[in-house]
Amino acid sequence: MADLAETILCNLASADAIDSLDLAKQLNEEHQKIVGAIKSLQSLGEVIQCEQVASKRWELTDEGRQVLKNGSHEAHVFNAIPTEGITQAELMKIVPNAKVGFSKAMSAGWIQIDKKAAGGPKVTRKVDSIEDKVKLLLGQIQDLSVNDVTEKDKLEFKKRKMLQEVILKSYLLKKGAEFSTSVEKPETDLTPEMITSGSWCTKKFKPYNFDALGVTPPSGHLHPLLKVRTQFRNIFLEMGFTEMPTNNYVESSFWNFDALFQPQQHPARDAHDTFFVSDPALTENLPMDYLERVKKVHSEGGYGSQGYKYDWKIEEAKKNLLRTHTTAVSARMLYKLAQEKEFRPVRLFSIDRVYRNESLDATHLAEFHQIEGVVADYNLTLGDLMGILGEFFKKLGIKKIRFKPAYNPYTEPSMEIFSYHDGLKKWVEIGNSGIFRPEMLLPMGLPEDVVVIAWGLSLERPTMIMYGIDNIRELVGHKVNLQMVQDNPICRLTRPATLESCYVEEPSSHWHGHIAH
Amino acid sequence: MIMRETGSGERAKEASEAVIYKVEVPANRYDLLCLEGLVRGLQVFKEQIPSPRYKRVPPASGEMQKLYIKPSTQEVRPHCVAAVLRNITFTSESYNSFIDLQDKLHQNLCRKRALVAIGTHDLDTIKGPFIYEAKPPADIKFRPLNQTKEYNAVELMDLYSVDSHLRHYLPIIRDKPVYPVIYDSCGVLLSMPPIINGDHSKITLDTRNVFIECTATDLTKAKIVLDVLVTMFSQYCAEPFTVEQAEVIQCDGSSAIYPELKHWEAVLKVDEVNKKVGIRESGETIATLLTKMCLKSEVIEDGSKVKIDIPPTRADVIHACDIIEDVAIAYGYNNIKKTIPNSGTIAAEFSLNKLTDLLRQEVAMVGFTEALTFSLCSQDDISVKLRKDIKSAPAVHISNPKTLEFQVARTTLLAGIMKTIASNKNMPLPMKLFEISDVILKDNNYDVGVRNERRLCAVHYNKNPGFEVIHGLLDRIMQLLAVPFSRECGYHIRSCEDATYFPGRCAEIVYKGEVIGRLGVLHPDVIVKFDLSLPCAALEINIHPFL
Repeated sequence: MADLAETILCNLASADAIDSLDLAKQLNEEHQKIVGAIKSLQSLGEVIQCEQVASKRWELTDEGRQVLKNGSHEAHVFNAIPTEGITQAELMKIVPNAKVGFSKAMSAGWIQIDKKAAGGPKVTRKVDSIEDKVKLLLGQIQDLSVNDVTEKDKLEFKKRKMLQEVILKSYLLKKGAEFSTSVEKPETDLTPEMITSGSWCTKKFKPYNFDALGVTPPSGHLHPLLKVRTQFRNIFLEMGFTEMPTNNYVESSFWNFDALFQPQQHPARDAHDTFFVSDPALTENLPMDYLERVKKVHSEGGYGSQGYKYDWKIEEAKKNLLRTHTTAVSARMLYKLAQEKEFRPVRLFSIDRVYRNESLDATHLAEFHQIEGVVADYNLTLGDLMGILGEFFKKLGIKKIRFKPAYNPYTEPSMEIFSYHDGLKKWVEIGNSGIFRPEMLLPMGLPEDVVVIAWGLSLERPTMIMYGIDNIRELVGHKVNLQMVQDNPICRLTRPATLESCYVEEPSSHWHGHIAH
Repeated sequence: MIMRETGSGERAKEASEAVIYKVEVPANRYDLLCLEGLVRGLQVFKEQIPSPRYKRVPPASGEMQKLYIKPSTQEVRPHCVAAVLRNITFTSESYNSFIDLQDKLHQNLCRKRALVAIGTHDLDTIKGPFIYEAKPPADIKFRPLNQTKEYNAVELMDLYSVDSHLRHYLPIIRDKPVYPVIYDSCGVLLSMPPIINGDHSKITLDTRNVFIECTATDLTKAKIVLDVLVTMFSQYCAEPFTVEQAEVIQCDGSSAIYPELKHWEAVLKVDEVNKKVGIRESGETIATLLTKMCLKSEVIEDGSKVKIDIPPTRADVIHACDIIEDVAIAYGYNNIKKTIPNSGTIAAEFSLNKLTDLLRQEVAMVGFTEALTFSLCSQDDISVKLRKDIKSAPAVHISNPKTLEFQVARTTLLAGIMKTIASNKNMPLPMKLFEISDVILKDNNYDVGVRNERRLCAVHYNKNPGFEVIHGLLDRIMQLLAVPFSRECGYHIRSCEDATYFPGRCAEIVYKGEVIGRLGVLHPDVIVKFDLSLPCAALEINIHPFL
């Protein structure tokens, strides 16, 4: 390649301008190779000037080349006629493309036909010898010395499908500002030897292609959902919330439902909605004193409540299940807190798996992560709940929130939390909240003036919205898209990771294209 | 809520008449399930009408409708309540609404008729006293609603087993030796709850007197259902909001009068209400807000307390907190001033989660990519596919999985990671995945008989097993945990046999004399069973000992 480049430069030294096609012919090289050499010369800077030109060229078709090699059809016809002549039928049989050849030979005046001859029309030579002009002219076109070929001839040949017009792209080369016939081969990159010897200061270097991407660094990757989990943990920790031990996925119905004053006939306790455990099916070890108080508040009321007035059954409370919410753990924590000598205010949080016996689809899984916050203190108000939620969501970058009344068996009042989504241009539900009912707290033994506020949301939903993931199964579970995991940006909740709304450029090539050709 | 949302929407309505309001009815507000209740609630909220006071009265004739509960019902569906809507006038709209409300109640409060089933009858086609009893299915014969011929109950169960609507209710009584039925004094069958009514007594647009019976397994719910029905539809009676009472004689001979239609009274301190909501309003304002919510209230004791009348339509109100919520709703949640509780609390991480997060970072730094797999899986995932017997695994079994994917809780993280690799075969090699998460193991030392165990699992998948890569990861993890390579005071590995691993290519990891996990080259059968074809090395350890 370097040699070829130098040859090109030598040729250019004695000329004002050269076309790359002419060079190809002259040097007897493929045009593509010449172009490659020109490109590498271009990369050296101002050695040559180069502009792309398009020229029309006539080129022989397959049939044209056939004619050039073997002669024209009319010549074949002429040559096939013996001096004594031949019947037309016979002639047509022995010569390929005889029909075209015959009519051309006729109009050239090379042959004649006697239609009245005995034994059918007979063809004889009209002249003694011929010059195959078609073959000759095609040869000239092929050799690019087209001077003798008239436009009329060319059009004629084109009509006879022996010639076609093609557009050729070539480069017109001129000397550049730094023209020289001897170019030093540029270095691809700096080497330790160059640094030691100091030779780098006299060398030329190939320019980098800064439109290419770099090499992907070898790396491990954290899962996107758990990156978001880390950020949520940080927010809670920043706000003084202590993490609850939620590493107990199997829970008794007692802690999951009964302790929360969720009646035993509540639809959530139906097998359609909850995974029950067949082995080990029952929890035998329940705090019996407390259980009696829970039973009483459900079936008869108390603590200022009318109760649900139904036949509460311990058998139902003993049933093991996969917890449907982390509030089961909150209940255990609050009960534990109530057993302490003196009440102290607490802020608690957890982010962990919960289960619903759901049919899977693009937005529902049978197990997902629940984020939960709980504050227990004297005389908390609904305004306090809304205030603390305001601060929590501000840390998520959500400033506009609104509250809507809702129903939840263990909180009263209950509020759904909505935020204004700028992209969707509407209010979307982002969580649930409320004040735990006295029927839940008082049987635990918490003081009457202690109020417990709580809220919950799923971890998956904000993650999907933030990263623009439509199908939850691509995010969680074994069907995860690992490419997505690897390409996933860091989680900055106040600055959503969705691509900036700008034109995303396609890199010219990947990392291996960093060195220009 | 309804009031508030629609109330505030009312203002917008003046601007454009084309606004459509979506009204969301909370699951405990049965009084808002029909248009009658919804409109009544709105009108009361807008102070256009006063909240009605519901009354039950004896019949003009003086002779109450009687219903006798026979002991035979006690094993199958023990309770029944009844009432009469006298001199009612239906239009086709109100008639449809009446049917629709029953359907809705059947679906939610009645728990798909399991707890309560409603039967409504044209009283003029039947003659009390009524008998509620239970009989063997073969002995029950009648023409069910909208059928042309008689069936016995056995045939009916067969007939309705393909009925898209009724087949869902059949299991409630199907296997019982006796089915509940209500007859009139002439032996006409009114209904066979909770499945179907008789055709004879069906109500029509021309029905003027409606006999309502609710049979139940839960008496409280039956009373609520009856109260909701009669409070909503007594508005179409000649004397609105007045219901004719009926007498139900229990099998022990005692009698009860229904509907209960109990209005009860609560007294709340104004201070208490303000304190719970976080507002400062006068007793008068709070009384007005509650009255608008259909909880008629008045100020007592010089304005320091509010007396509230809770009507039978509001079965959801069982505690002062329910009343306080209504104050907040009427006040408007979004009008309440946001405040921050000022208690100072010191936060702490759960130590296991803290260690987990630290290790996750480090393992990713070493070049492994984090997987997040389901904690539920099929039995095969943790047994057959790992060449283990399910009986030997301390696995928690799910009793009601909807698919095979959720038969058991995982006892190992390995299966989930193998499945993750199988779903990502297009990724470049080597694939190096890890997960730090919980497995679930049966353990009698815990109250529920189960405990979680936090594990770290890593898998190397490539053209060569890469045991040295996994082994190196173990060494690195131990280095990070400041555990030296030492038989006495640190960790070491020693050869062991495990069916999941290739013979001679498995070792157990020993930390301070205790086995905390295993590493090795996976058995080719395991690889193939997870639909993979390249060698794998894996590691799984319990991280609790490092807390």
